[in-house]
Amino acid sequence: MPTQETPDGPAIELRGATKRFRSSSGGVHTAVRDLDLTVDSGEFVAVVGPTGCGKSTTLSLVSGLEPPSGGEVLVHGTPVGGIPEGVGYMFQTDAVLPWRSVLDNVATGPRYRGAGKREARAKAREWVERVGLGGFESYYPHQLSGGMRKRVALAQTLVNEPSILLMDEPFSALDVQTRGLMQDELLRLWSGSGTARGAAVVFVTHDLEEAVVLGDRVVVMTAGPATVKASFDVPLERPRDAEEIRLTPEFLDIYREVWESLREEVQITRERGADRAA
Amino acid sequence: MLPDTREPAQAGSVDDGQAAAVAQARAAHRRRLTGINAVRVLLVVAVLGSWELAATHWIDPFYYSKPSAIWSRLVDWFTSGTSQGSIWTQIAYTLEEALIGFALGSVGGVVLGIVLGRSRFLSDVCAPFIKAANAIPRIILASLFVIWFGLGMSSKVATAFVLVFFAVFFNAFQGAREVDRNLVNNARILGASRTQVLTSIVVPSATSWILASLHSAFGFAIIGAIVGEYSGADKGLGLLINHAQGTFDSAGIYAGMIIITVIALLAEWLLTLLERRLLRWRPPASSVEAQI
Repeated sequence: MPTQETPDGPAIELRGATKRFRSSSGGVHTAVRDLDLTVDSGEFVAVVGPTGCGKSTTLSLVSGLEPPSGGEVLVHGTPVGGIPEGVGYMFQTDAVLPWRSVLDNVATGPRYRGAGKREARAKAREWVERVGLGGFESYYPHQLSGGMRKRVALAQTLVNEPSILLMDEPFSALDVQTRGLMQDELLRLWSGSGTARGAAVVFVTHDLEEAVVLGDRVVVMTAGPATVKASFDVPLERPRDAEEIRLTPEFLDIYREVWESLREEVQITRERGADRAA
Repeated sequence: MLPDTREPAQAGSVDDGQAAAVAQARAAHRRRLTGINAVRVLLVVAVLGSWELAATHWIDPFYYSKPSAIWSRLVDWFTSGTSQGSIWTQIAYTLEEALIGFALGSVGGVVLGIVLGRSRFLSDVCAPFIKAANAIPRIILASLFVIWFGLGMSSKVATAFVLVFFAVFFNAFQGAREVDRNLVNNARILGASRTQVLTSIVVPSATSWILASLHSAFGFAIIGAIVGEYSGADKGLGLLINHAQGTFDSAGIYAGMIIITVIALLAEWLLTLLERRLLRWRPPASSVEAQI
């Protein structure tokens, strides 16, 4: 789809990216260290790592919400300063506006970008239908279930037709069945005839199963500070059925392979936690 | 395809057992309300009756007055006017002062609160001054305002303004500070400019805080106007009460109190309507059931 497609060159490039935060006690906390990662246009990259290792920070570097402390972050070949054009970001927690109806929530992006009310609403209506919320246009978020709110957030992000889609554990708060459903929905919207086709996706999760189900490639992060430990191609065919594919032997093979790599990092994180608790 | 979308749908066909249960629940609810109201009326009658009785037989009504005297004073004020002229003029005058002070104070409080709440630097700079200003017993300013602005309306408006401003300011400040960072980040990603973040995220988030403060703020506006009149005025309910005090007319003081209470209750009711309108998007549970 993308409006400003750059066919050559990767969509996202991180070169030696480092992010440090000043902690409240005056110390310095390094969340991301020397991270190299390249994501091509149209590629679906799932990023897994132990809880709290700095995966989300990586996304905030790409989105321009946080500037890197060192190294380079490039989106469509240009260094990130401010929020780059064509980036969509789905947050872990609900970021829909509780005081706006479903329709107006989805229309938020186009309105910010200068579309008229009528035009924005027409566009929004189309996306509300597409994520399966037709008939719920005038509901307020508190009247919806968790899964439905995620659909609103998804439509809100996709209505801007991003060429880069960043997702930070978007489905982690959902129950297992709803999560499977949303994974299917995401794959359908991404690979289907929708306008999100061809978007580069970085999907952060701590759930390895989810990563393998969704990604073309699974990137394993080290225990914090985060850096890329290994990258695995997922040779599963598309279109995939998120619920069924988990049962195939190919899935289990690749799952096992990635888990070998991820296990050590999870172990390290656990030991640190135990040290802190002691 | 969408099993999770059926939740808000109302059950279309209700079977008989359900209907009976609903009717029963309604009847129980109505009975409960009637009971509560009956006890309330009884309570009022008991308090007023014992007061009347005590003032007739044991205590001195000159100091404590009694319900019948207060009632006849109210009737007198409304039918033949007060010592200061028509009662309606006094009410209108006080109300006007309170309303102007309330409007100016809340607008000022909201604007300054949101500006300081969004700017870390400004709020850090102003913090000690605000704390100091808040510690001043502001009611004393009424005397100063009489010297500055004279006996007319502006000195009362100024007193009401000062009282309202701080009540609203602190809430707007807090509300603007507690805006969910996630919402702001999301808006920025979706393409919002700084102004758009302010108008579409910060202001609506702070609205519930601000509305909560407006309830007490209107009370403060009336207090400001009355106290202002008390410290020097040519018209108004405060003057009426002051005059009643000067002539040892305790019934007059009570009557003034009652009029002010009624005005405050009416304003409270209007504000509740406004709040319901503006906060329609909120889940109803907390506001309907918990309200007393």
